[in-house]
Amino acid sequence: MPAAAHDTSLILTDVAVARGGLVRLSGVGLEAAPGQVVGLRGPNGIGKTTLLRAIAGLQPLVAGQVNPGRDAVAYASHADGIKATLTVAENLRFWAAVYGAADIGPAVAAFDLDGLLDRAGGSLSAGQARRCGLARLVLSGRSVWLLDEPTVALDTAGIAQLGALLEAHCAAGGVALVSSHAALPVEDRTLDLTGYASGQGAATPMAATAFDEAVE
Amino acid sequence: MIALILRDLRLAIRSGGGFGLGLAFFLIVIVLTPFALGPDTGALARIAPGILWLAALLAALLTLDRVFALDREDGTLDLLASSGLPLEGVALAKAAVHWATTGAVLTVLAPALGLLLALPIQGVVPLALSLLAGTPALSLIGTFGAALTVGIKRGGLLLSLLVLPLYVPTLILGAEVARRGAEGLDYATPLALCAALSLGCIAALPFAAAAALRVTIR
Repeated sequence: MPAAAHDTSLILTDVAVARGGLVRLSGVGLEAAPGQVVGLRGPNGIGKTTLLRAIAGLQPLVAGQVNPGRDAVAYASHADGIKATLTVAENLRFWAAVYGAADIGPAVAAFDLDGLLDRAGGSLSAGQARRCGLARLVLSGRSVWLLDEPTVALDTAGIAQLGALLEAHCAAGGVALVSSHAALPVEDRTLDLTGYASGQGAATPMAATAFDEAVE
Repeated sequence: MIALILRDLRLAIRSGGGFGLGLAFFLIVIVLTPFALGPDTGALARIAPGILWLAALLAALLTLDRVFALDREDGTLDLLASSGLPLEGVALAKAAVHWATTGAVLTVLAPALGLLLALPIQGVVPLALSLLAGTPALSLIGTFGAALTVGIKRGGLLLSLLVLPLYVPTLILGAEVARRGAEGLDYATPLALCAALSLGCIAALPFAAAAALRVTIR
């Protein structure tokens, strides 16, 4: 269970994001109150990951605003960031130290990692590695969770654990934005990005423009 | 940051961590040089400081592309960047670990291996001092180069081309300290300049590397 009670809304105002120099999404708006899980939908390549990365502060917004800033946000990417030559316990302890969490116990309990603690990260199955990666969220103590395809490689028990974790997070007043093709049972609402897509390739290639200006 | 340093040190020592790579390279170069040049100890002694410095520089270069690339591949770099740790601190920690696993070890090893190259005994202390003063600059410049090229898959060639010219001043000064020491001359001036170079790198390059990371992480 997340120890601290959160009270943060995730507010996106007219957000536009670009990938590879092309504006992918524009005018995205969202107001998620504390305690809400929002599902992020849209076909492959529409920019779900790009939007999540932009909210996490890993890439700049082309336009718009995101509240709160990156310091309140924990991001769980496609990649789990589990080091192959460290044990699961060492991996988790490292992230606990990064986030200033005192104890990896809650993270271990949330995903039932007890039996895996002494295994090397490289010997985990994809689903086990994913559970370790998601357990990091518990250690982060952040109020806004961004999850990118969290259910990939998870079995039904893993999905149930994720659901329980998200429910606990929301009960504590946290917010989660989850990109997923399969609906999670705990979702309160969905944000479908289809309507916000900028025409494929038709959008102004902003990086290219800047480059051309620099050349001229 | 401390946690990052400890984790990277642990990773370096574990199998496949690359800790032995630079050291083995250094050892091989120094051991093979006398075989290649023949038994003329006079000639060996003359080139010993330069060869030791060159081998140390190349050993440092060899392990550079691992500094950020491994964390980039498994997603750790993104997670670190979004964790609230300042990227300047991440870059400094990475450089510190690179130095601890190459420069620091070479500083200890090089004087011993200098004997293989008939390095005069009076040159041992200046050699160690020159490496101590110069290798931090190698690690920091290299970390900056690694930050610039982390977005490029198999960017090792570009990294070498970027970094090697920046290594030249350190090489000149460091080898000069070792050479003057071996010949029994006063080496205070190049040593001070070499140390100044390292200190300047420590002060400035973590910021440059963090700026580069912010661009390459996108």
